[in-house]
Amino acid sequence: MSKTAPKTYISSGHSGCAGCCDAFAAKFTLMGAGPNTIIVNPTGCLEVMSTPFPNSSWQVPWIHSLFENAGAVASGVEAGLKALGKKNDTKIITIGGDGSTMDIGIGAISGAFERGHDFTYVCMDNEAYMNTGIQRSSATPFDASTTTSPAGKVSFGNPFPKKNMPAIIAAHGSPYVATTSIGFPRDMMRKVKKATEIVGPTYIHAHAPCTTGWGFDTSKTLEIAKLAVETCLWPMYEMENGEITQVRKVKDPKPVEEYLRTQKRFKHLFTMKGGEEEIKKIQATADWNIKHFGLQ
Amino acid sequence: MINPAHKKKMVVVEGSYAVAHSAKVCRPNVISAYPITPQTHIVEDLSQFIADGEIPNCEYINVEAEFSAISALIGASAVGARTYSATTSQGLLLMHEALFNTSGMRLPVIMTVANRAVSAPINIWNDHQDAIAQRDTGWMQLYVEDVQEASDTLPQLYKIAEDNEIMIPGMVCMDGFILSHVYEPVVLLEQDLTDEFLPPFQPEDILDPEDPKTFGAFAAPDTYEEFRYLHEQAMQKALPKIEAVAKEFEEIFGRYHGGLIDGYMLDDAEIIVMSMGSILGTVKDVVDEYRARGEKIGVLKVRSFRPFPKEQIREAIKNAHAVVVLDKNISIGTNEGALFTETKSCLYNSKVRVPVVGYTVGHGGRDIRVESIEKIIEETKKVAKSGIEVESQFLDLKEELL
Repeated sequence: MSKTAPKTYISSGHSGCAGCCDAFAAKFTLMGAGPNTIIVNPTGCLEVMSTPFPNSSWQVPWIHSLFENAGAVASGVEAGLKALGKKNDTKIITIGGDGSTMDIGIGAISGAFERGHDFTYVCMDNEAYMNTGIQRSSATPFDASTTTSPAGKVSFGNPFPKKNMPAIIAAHGSPYVATTSIGFPRDMMRKVKKATEIVGPTYIHAHAPCTTGWGFDTSKTLEIAKLAVETCLWPMYEMENGEITQVRKVKDPKPVEEYLRTQKRFKHLFTMKGGEEEIKKIQATADWNIKHFGLQ
Repeated sequence: MINPAHKKKMVVVEGSYAVAHSAKVCRPNVISAYPITPQTHIVEDLSQFIADGEIPNCEYINVEAEFSAISALIGASAVGARTYSATTSQGLLLMHEALFNTSGMRLPVIMTVANRAVSAPINIWNDHQDAIAQRDTGWMQLYVEDVQEASDTLPQLYKIAEDNEIMIPGMVCMDGFILSHVYEPVVLLEQDLTDEFLPPFQPEDILDPEDPKTFGAFAAPDTYEEFRYLHEQAMQKALPKIEAVAKEFEEIFGRYHGGLIDGYMLDDAEIIVMSMGSILGTVKDVVDEYRARGEKIGVLKVRSFRPFPKEQIREAIKNAHAVVVLDKNISIGTNEGALFTETKSCLYNSKVRVPVVGYTVGHGGRDIRVESIEKIIEETKKVAKSGIEVESQFLDLKEELL
């Protein structure tokens, strides 16, 4: 980070892996939001690695309750501050993984967005349950091999496409929904800042490559995050009141193969018979993104 | 006995209304609500108070499930808000995981539970299985006998729970329908007296950007045990506090419903009937008849099930010839209700040697008739004379349905 970079409010010394995506996501989130923030963190790697009692990496107030209730806990934090006349400019940010956001916690998040609580939800999407050992979630991309959707003699891995969580949140009438990536820190900080300054429930979905779960060198986290965007597998856009208002253009999209090759979770696509056909299906997803979001 | 001074202040309202009114005068900051029979009238009445602007500095959240009802209160309590919700049965079971979390984080959330049976088979009527299933969640549980007590116990429980030495959540357990839907004369809690009795909630630790703290950290084997120990210690501190607060309440409001326990015709009782909740009213009526005939039958009301008042129970029953415990719940696999098991347990390593038998009664709201109580007392008299033949059994089983 340059000397002019904003201050962050999560200390180093936590027990995250080298190159941990959650650490990046939390850091950039707080750099965007600033110190007048209360963090609600559902169960996951970030919670475990940052708060081994009696230590804590958090320089802002932080609460972890359970895996599936962060949307409701944040609702209560907001309601409590309002009732006590203490809400003012305090930002309430929930930061959770894809499992807690898109699977087990989606009900509580839906409730919080429907009720219009003034908070920002940041999903750190590393596309599987990493804290429990790389099991498939509804964020796991098509054909990724995980410990509960392994590639095998008759399987190319996860048979389903990724759930479109930003669209689900947008359908709740959220005033601001944005996708971002930890590979683009300034983009992420800007979007978090913007989201937290808008009154109402706002959503940031940050793509976050996991060195352990995806199988790549610990020095490559941000590089691979960028590749996902450059191959158009991870489109970056902003939606205001349900309409797409900003899209990050990708001038010369790279073939998805360049992204897939970097990760062990897709290795089988390059060794198994029929893998080429599978890669074509993944390329079709990227092509659809290019067309749908107008990425070029 | 009704205090004549109170008689003039009495109004006839539904039990749920009295409880909602009580919650209102406790000045909650956040109420979360989700409908479930027979609790729903409580949160409906509270929503009307909100709609009429009668609860200042309060946010009312219509959540999408009971799991979020309790979770929202976790967040609210952590910022220093006084919190309230009400639930029952399946809703309480859905909260189960978060109940442990609330108490583990030592957040003094207060709920009213309108006790109801649990599914399957689905059944909306009263028994205590829902709350008894939460006995190890680390919450305080006070069981009430009538609507006035359901109403009066709420500010008491706030005062106990929010004590900085205690900081444990609690539930007021009132019998669903029998108390939640009954119309009976009560004194609605006065705002000025409640303000005098219940100080504002001022927790030492809150989520505050000016003084950042970490709530709900991860505890490894080297620290986890001490959290459990301190939680248990706090629960032990609640024992005398429950007694003290019941007396403080009496000083201000002039009503006393018991502390940890309460006795009725207990001092010279040879046979003691023990139970929790509204069934005690029926039992007392039956005991009155026995007393009129000169028979020494007494009643032990257990008001606090968590913390469990071992010493007080031992002391109360030590001179009896036999004790019978009526439980509106069963721990399947033991053929015993929870109060029965725990009463026996607290006697085992003591010098008190009294035969104790148990009945599980009123499952799924089945009526508990006067004749049944009489039968139970007659059987217990036999126990006093010739010992225990059947330790624990169901009451009024319909053999023809088996």
